[in-house]
Amino acid sequence: MVAPLEQAFRDQWGRVLATLIGFLGDFDLAEEAAQEAFAIAARRWPVDGTPANPGAWLIATGRNRAIDRIRRDRTLAAKTRRLQAPEAAEVEMDDTTIFPDERLELLFTCCHPALATDAQVALTLRALGGLTTAEIARAFLVPEPTMAQRLVRAKRKIAAAGIPFRVPPAHLLPERLDAVLAIVYLIFNEGYAGRGDLAAEAIRLGRALAELMPDEPEVQGLLALMLLLDARREARFRGDDLVLLDDQDHALWDAVQIEDGRSVLDRALALHGHGPYVVQAAIASLHADRPRDWPQIAVLYGELSRQTGSPVVELNRAVAVAEVEGPSAGLAIVDRIDLGDYRYLHSTRGEMLRRLGRTDEARSSYVRALELVHDDAERRLLERKLAELDGPAPEAG
Amino acid sequence: MKYMLLIHQGTTPTPNSPEDWARLSQDEQNAVYGAYQKINENPGVTAGLGLAPPETATTVRVQDGRTLTTDGPFVETKEALGGYLIFEADDLDAAIELAASIPAASMGGAIEVRPVVEW
Repeated sequence: MVAPLEQAFRDQWGRVLATLIGFLGDFDLAEEAAQEAFAIAARRWPVDGTPANPGAWLIATGRNRAIDRIRRDRTLAAKTRRLQAPEAAEVEMDDTTIFPDERLELLFTCCHPALATDAQVALTLRALGGLTTAEIARAFLVPEPTMAQRLVRAKRKIAAAGIPFRVPPAHLLPERLDAVLAIVYLIFNEGYAGRGDLAAEAIRLGRALAELMPDEPEVQGLLALMLLLDARREARFRGDDLVLLDDQDHALWDAVQIEDGRSVLDRALALHGHGPYVVQAAIASLHADRPRDWPQIAVLYGELSRQTGSPVVELNRAVAVAEVEGPSAGLAIVDRIDLGDYRYLHSTRGEMLRRLGRTDEARSSYVRALELVHDDAERRLLERKLAELDGPAPEAG
Repeated sequence: MKYMLLIHQGTTPTPNSPEDWARLSQDEQNAVYGAYQKINENPGVTAGLGLAPPETATTVRVQDGRTLTTDGPFVETKEALGGYLIFEADDLDAAIELAASIPAASMGGAIEVRPVVEW
């Protein structure tokens, strides 16, 4: 159960911090001011009641605190860029003041390609997600001081190297938006691999992005994709064991979220989206149908394979083709893929060989996949597959 | 903000090694000159000095009061600094764009963008 204040914190943090950074031009100063504003809220709101517009209240309070601080401490004034004349800056502000939403500027700053990927991820979760350093450290299995250091270095680089706080101009936007989407999806996949909190956080970021850039089809596509994949989360594990899509209990799927994902996908398609996230979302939507439209899935994987040139996508296409034309057609594609140490290549190959009744070859493929696996749940799944090879007879291929 | 753009030629053909340079067509050579000319015409750019090839470098260290010299650059020859320029720009994005227009960035080398500390 999340306390109301904690909920407000989560909901408002990114917005408040973004506006304060925009105003103060300094990440650290803005973070301190935001923290102070939330601390004051924690004392006052339970007594005075929650203000009508909590976000504006927090921004106004944080901003006034920062100005106080600058007045008291002139060395801090040197750190600010926009605040040339702090004496004049304090205007009448209360929770009816309309503040610009600068979360997009913040997101593009956090996901700037001049920062290392792990720094982009950590900064995005801290600045927009409102996760604490300790929470981010835990999510990535990194000691807290290491994560703290990573965040400090990233913020220092933003200031020292002059990484701009803005939405990139049109000629840079496509590339930079790709980088932002990749970071959000990376956070989602960390969550999808087991840490559910991060998946939920990525979806929150995706929703914010979709709201801020409503006309970008790939933004809608990514949100749709995450919603559709996450809807199957409860069904993906039985205890600690992985359950493959075919064996999942559909009753455990979140039907409301699937509908939500499909309506976001419809919006992306209405915007004439056909980029990689939109195509992946369309595939995820088809995977949620029973029976599945395998020919259509195979066509979309073909499209995605052309767009990305990714051998992993080609492997997925092989699975779909195997459903449409039989395992030998699938195997023919698998055997053309150059992905030597990729465990799913070997497990997929094992599955197709099993269906063809080539049990010995299937066994050696599964064994190879087992050698490459790191995750316990995946290991147990492969061990079950191996055990089954000696059990029921193969289906007719 | 002021940035120093450190140009590492890597395997980029330059007039410093005539036989590599001759492997470029006349059009390619003109494109290199044209790119540098455009960079130098950028009002934010203060041209740096060109450096003779890294093979001509001498690296100096002082140990126990003795001056030790070694032949060649401090880093690997292919990573050695080939030249630099100073760029006054609004932000890192502008500096990255200029860096990307330096021929070495696309012809086998790389550009390191470093903010200049202003006291």
